[in-house]
Amino acid sequence: MGKDKKPKEREIKYWQAISEAHVQSMERNERVFIMGIGVDDPKGIFGTTLEAYKKFGKKRVFDTPVAENTMTGCAIGAALAGMRPVMVHARNDFMYYCMDQLCNHAAKWHHMFGGLMTVPITVRAIVGRGWGQGSQHSQSLQALFSHVPGLKVVMPSTPYSVKGLLMASIEGDSPVIFVEHRRLYDYAGPVPEGPYTLPIGKGAVVRMGKDATVAAISYAVWDAIKAAVALKEEGGIDVEVIDLRSLKPLDEELILNSVKKTGRLVVADTGWKSYGASAEISALVAEKAFEYLKAPIQRVALPDISAPTSVTLEKVFYPGAMDIISAVRQIVQKGGEKSVPLFESSLTAKTVYEREFSSLAQEKEFLGPF
Amino acid sequence: MKKKDPSLKSIPANVLRDMYYMIVKIRKEGERIAELYPEQEMRCPIHLSIGQEAVAVGVCANLRKDDYVFSSHRCHAHYLAKGGELRRLVAELYGKKTGCAGGVGGSMHLAAPEVGFMGASSIVAGTIPIAMGTALASVMQGSDRVSVTFFGDAAVEEGTFHETLNFASLKSLPVIFVCENNLYATHSHLLARQPTNNIFERGESHRVPGVCVDGNDLLAIYQAAKEAVDRCRRGQGPFLIECKTYRWREHVGPYYDYDLGYRSKEELEKWMARCPVSIYEKVLLENGILSRKDVSTIAKEVGEKMEEAVRFAKESPFPDEAELLKDVY
Repeated sequence: MGKDKKPKEREIKYWQAISEAHVQSMERNERVFIMGIGVDDPKGIFGTTLEAYKKFGKKRVFDTPVAENTMTGCAIGAALAGMRPVMVHARNDFMYYCMDQLCNHAAKWHHMFGGLMTVPITVRAIVGRGWGQGSQHSQSLQALFSHVPGLKVVMPSTPYSVKGLLMASIEGDSPVIFVEHRRLYDYAGPVPEGPYTLPIGKGAVVRMGKDATVAAISYAVWDAIKAAVALKEEGGIDVEVIDLRSLKPLDEELILNSVKKTGRLVVADTGWKSYGASAEISALVAEKAFEYLKAPIQRVALPDISAPTSVTLEKVFYPGAMDIISAVRQIVQKGGEKSVPLFESSLTAKTVYEREFSSLAQEKEFLGPF
Repeated sequence: MKKKDPSLKSIPANVLRDMYYMIVKIRKEGERIAELYPEQEMRCPIHLSIGQEAVAVGVCANLRKDDYVFSSHRCHAHYLAKGGELRRLVAELYGKKTGCAGGVGGSMHLAAPEVGFMGASSIVAGTIPIAMGTALASVMQGSDRVSVTFFGDAAVEEGTFHETLNFASLKSLPVIFVCENNLYATHSHLLARQPTNNIFERGESHRVPGVCVDGNDLLAIYQAAKEAVDRCRRGQGPFLIECKTYRWREHVGPYYDYDLGYRSKEELEKWMARCPVSIYEKVLLENGILSRKDVSTIAKEVGEKMEEAVRFAKESPFPDEAELLKDVY
């Protein structure tokens, strides 16, 4: 390829980027295979495994019994014997069953035996928020897995990062919990056609700003972008948005550098606030950049309760762009500027979003059936 | 002298002798570790296999170097029987850098992947599905390797045991489930935990055939394992072997524990009278496979090797403090 030639890219949706990562990883390495409940069924995990199944057949894309923990152990064994399994869970919630094999075995096998063996497994875990999924079909368990040494935890927010990070997870030698947010599946963005990887543990500044930093993960990044656009247009506040992309390892340098510049931090997470990822990131900044802070750190995350189903309750339960806007406003006082009331519906269809997030302009309400 | 016992006919003499050497070596390791343990230099919990050695030896004698073996917290015998180095085992117990897991794993986490001993977990039943995963990989890679997982009688109470039988049977995977039924989970008798003592039948509803053998009879175990391994290599699917045996020492540690009252001295003595090493030695002597002289030569050699291993372990350096954060992803 010529030096000046940019890699070919086009707009595809998040779920299509996952599908493409699967197919290209499987083409590149015959030891990659996909297993999980429903991966070869007519819906193929919201379409993400259909293409791989069509292309590689049931030997490399196969359904499993409903025995999540045992099948995780099976994936570990296959990995120890040289394979590169991808295990898929249509909901995070089912992974409580897998805690033993993930935390006691996959996470430990490399370190516990003095580095003799590696466990290259990728576990796709989908956050099922939306359409009244309720308490046991909507959880976002990244903090749980980030607590355990030996697991990597990745949470991509865009089609571009989901493809690059999924391919990196499959190629890497460590176990990766790959958390995908169901609400992102239909979001489109520019994605290179060919195979590529992104480094796990590196976040990205997705919008530059000087007044406050919003460090966000997964779906919360989109809310943060919406909030940043609105705050700029309505109140003249310049928010820097960081897409963390992975929680373990965490891109500490990126967060600290941004906070040193802005002096203010809001952390936006899709999980619970108590003992969550937002607590860890806040602690990091308090420990290593306290003297740069001009205001208390704010957190936008789930209240300490499980998810309700009713639409009215769901609406209060889940924080959104409005909550990020309020959090930023609380710590950024812009003297003399009028505060314009903002409504969630007016946040979309705004003029210019950052390129990766341009599909926000066409954002539609998430509708079922799931 | 001619072989008298018909069960010996099908087994080559060198295999019979190698198995004797191995069972003596494993017994010696257990006893010597028990002697040294009170010195407080091995600073990790140690689960000895004294009394249960025949299972590891009889099964592993049927395996190739490239076959996979997994074990549990009571893993010394399996590690050695699969070909793991003795001195690296002892060094691991002493927490030394030269240990098989660099001193990180300890007694419950031995590994020697270079000879197919893929690791041991101290979570009951933990390696049952993992062993199945290696069998799945073997099938996907078109190899005829066989996987074995050793576990105790309590492991069959875990859901993952049944889930594993289900999937292994569904896909006809070459995995052999070897249960060392020593009657007790720590201090709890099997019948306090299970309605009946019939572990070998637990695979039936999953269409996994099983046999129950005398776990102190090395030749019986060898024959059962041979059938299971042959079946697996032919692609005929998983097999369950229950070996009824007995742990002589306490659950964890070097001492006898009949004084606790959960089992009697009479029960222990009954099992000690059926010592797996003595039973096998008697058969070999009676059938002319070994002479008295061979027996004492082997005992001497094994004893020397064990002393050499202990010396190696004691003289080896501890891991450097800077190594704590090594092998972290």
